[in-house]
Amino acid sequence: MVPNHPRRTPSTAVAAPAVATVLAAALALTGCAGPDTASGSASAEPTPGGTLRFALGAAPQGVDPQQVGSNVSIYVARQLADSLTDQDPTTGEIQPWLAESWDVSDDLTRFTFHLRDGVTFSDGSALDSADVKASFDAIAGDLGASAPLAASYLAGYEQTEVPDESTATVVFDEPNAQFLQATSTVSLAILAAETADVDPAERLQGDVVGSGPFVLDSYTQDQGAVITRREGYDWAPASAEHDGDAYLERVEFSVVPESGVRAGGLASDQFDAVGDVLPQDVPQIEGSGGAVLTRANPGVPFVLQPNLTRAPLDDVEVRRALLLAIDRQELVDTVLSDAFEPATGILASTTPGYADLSDRLAFDPEEAGRILDDAGWTLGPDGIREKDGEPLEIEVTYTPVFTGSGPVLELVAQQLRAVGVDLTLRQLTAPEQTVAQDSGDYDFYYYNVTRADADILRTQFSTAQRNLSLREPDDVVDPLLDEQLGEADPAARDAIAAEAQEAILDQGLAVPLFELSQSIGVRGDVHGVTFDASSRLLFHDAWIEQE
Amino acid sequence: MLAYVLRRLAGAVAVLWAAFTVSYLILYLLPSDPVAIMLDQGAGGERVDPERVAELRERYGFDQGPLQQYVTLLGRTLTGDLGTSISSGAPVSGLIADAFPETAKLAGLALALALVAGVGIALLASWTRAAWLRDLLLALPPLGVAVPGFWVGLVLLHLFSFTWFVFPAVGNEGFASLVLPTVTLAIGLAAVVAQVLSQGLREAWRAPYVETAFAKGSGRARVLGAHVVRNGSLPTVTVLGVLVGNLLGGTVVVETVFSRQGFGRLVENAVTTQDIPVVQGLVVVAAAVFVLTSLLVDLVHPLLDPRVLAGAHGRTGGGAR
Repeated sequence: MVPNHPRRTPSTAVAAPAVATVLAAALALTGCAGPDTASGSASAEPTPGGTLRFALGAAPQGVDPQQVGSNVSIYVARQLADSLTDQDPTTGEIQPWLAESWDVSDDLTRFTFHLRDGVTFSDGSALDSADVKASFDAIAGDLGASAPLAASYLAGYEQTEVPDESTATVVFDEPNAQFLQATSTVSLAILAAETADVDPAERLQGDVVGSGPFVLDSYTQDQGAVITRREGYDWAPASAEHDGDAYLERVEFSVVPESGVRAGGLASDQFDAVGDVLPQDVPQIEGSGGAVLTRANPGVPFVLQPNLTRAPLDDVEVRRALLLAIDRQELVDTVLSDAFEPATGILASTTPGYADLSDRLAFDPEEAGRILDDAGWTLGPDGIREKDGEPLEIEVTYTPVFTGSGPVLELVAQQLRAVGVDLTLRQLTAPEQTVAQDSGDYDFYYYNVTRADADILRTQFSTAQRNLSLREPDDVVDPLLDEQLGEADPAARDAIAAEAQEAILDQGLAVPLFELSQSIGVRGDVHGVTFDASSRLLFHDAWIEQE
Repeated sequence: MLAYVLRRLAGAVAVLWAAFTVSYLILYLLPSDPVAIMLDQGAGGERVDPERVAELRERYGFDQGPLQQYVTLLGRTLTGDLGTSISSGAPVSGLIADAFPETAKLAGLALALALVAGVGIALLASWTRAAWLRDLLLALPPLGVAVPGFWVGLVLLHLFSFTWFVFPAVGNEGFASLVLPTVTLAIGLAAVVAQVLSQGLREAWRAPYVETAFAKGSGRARVLGAHVVRNGSLPTVTVLGVLVGNLLGGTVVVETVFSRQGFGRLVENAVTTQDIPVVQGLVVVAAAVFVLTSLLVDLVHPLLDPRVLAGAHGRTGGGAR
């Protein structure tokens, strides 16, 4: 067994209560309620200009839109580049962006994009089909090694045909229904053709040319980045609230690892917006006249995924019982906050194609106990069930990358103990988690994945893909997952995906817990910071009230 | 004296080599590999193609045997090439060159502040004859050692940045951004200096030569300055060498709390992502700093106490335990 290691410096673990105590002491000393609150008279009319100071909770891996995968990296990189399509955050519908229209072949192997006129990159060159081809060729080629997320979207890529300057046809060797949504992601953003020739490491450091509303001014590893407004930007997607240049002149991102420092800095006007707001910091932010914006990440919510090669989770009845033994509302109410939602299915509710399976996830400990009794797991003298002399003991492997994970899992363990299941927690660092994943050394694997397309079900649960359950191929789940990838009609595809979601829950291939939310704190005079369909931030519409 | 210096220099080189080798061994023996970790981060939860992992491992030379990798790495380091970061691709020497001056500023200021405060407390406690003042002063060091650095940092932030905006909470810009981190880092350090020095002084006061000096008619201040301090400060100089090393460790916490660019933040991130070239580069630089200060301490010792050079002939002074 690998011993438990806290991932971060000691400060992280103890900072929250310390901050609260200190703050209480400070308030008692000053006898006031903190810095003056921002005026409530928000002018409805956006005013251009100004600098937005944004405190990130973690360091970006780099600023290349095609290579980065973490939320904070995308906050920066998304502003630098545009994509062929845009996904409406409300409807999930795919809409024009750099491509003004597209045709998809009936067999879903050929996607022809008709590019918008008049789009230029930040170096002044015009966007044409050669840039699309260069971007996708690079990702499917050498760049793919260091751009795993983008490469996974292009699985089965054959080539991009460029019959003329404004037409690009992307060809796959198999039907690929997920590709259209993938073209709306930052991972498949279109960069200028010459960027494709740049060394991946230099691209990560900032040597990228995009067509976005902002351009990179500077990037310092572990410290932050500065982006400035691009003059003459005139191709915002339909989901944007305004056309033309971004309002803000500059956005300064700095990395501030301590959540209490982010909140205190926001309240004392040292930042205009902060990322990764923790529940205990919300009162301070709201008390200073600010607001906390939240949106649930689409994709797979936080789940416990069972390793089917290990007892007792190889018993499908145990897995089915566990689905009913967890009070998800209590998780949200007790250790999270109202920024979070309990999971109501195997996809988060913000995912296109999501099926509401809350009736299968109702909290029903009596029924859970009955299922376990019927399966031969009887209560032992110590309150833990056993069968054939083996106790019902399960270990969950997790990393505290999301700060609430430890407390959530402790509460889950309490809830499971009430039905006679002994859940123990095994906290790992990210590197240790990678090792555990590769060697299959876990009972339950705790994680979430962000993607605004139901194909995430296939890439996570198909036996040909990530398959954390180490499941053998079957004739129920696998065929459904493959079938949705080949279905051209959106409604029919959703229906197949819904069936797949039911089948996954029926087999207990994951025990959903809660949906991850992005939680952003903004000062009272900051407006228009918006979430895209993948719950990552956009700054094109953002503006600050000018004095 | 020359032989003494040469011996110390040879020791310094050996320590550098050992630090490099041991850190290599530890990193190599870890079960995970940095390429898989890096890809896992970039994959956002999607499955990573094993072929891609192999491709990158080859690019970074991780497919070679451990000895071959070690020799390559050592040879490269000797020529001053520290390689590139695996997680970001930035040259390690550039990362360190950007971070080191920031940490040097912070650590240098903190050390200076700690010396002034620590020595001041010890001298005052040693000089005063008011028991209440001495007790008060001597109660400070244990307190300073006991409070955790990050807690002090957060208290200072909430008082002097969030409640009354006197200093910025984050960043590296300007002297103002240095004040709170310096104080935070200096407190623990000053406490150790004060504690060790006052202990050394207390013992020196009891030495027979103090009585002799008084008998000759010297005043209290002169005895303290001319005899007690010189003899009683040896252990402090020794401890100082170790403290400079600890200072680099202390910056990990302080730079995180105050979101400063620097050595400590670089260490934290490199260790978290198991970025071997960066960790190796940092270990070499940290070891060099440590070796240099130890060397300096070793060279200052004979000036304070000539018996050190005599080495084998006699035991060192009573204070240097």
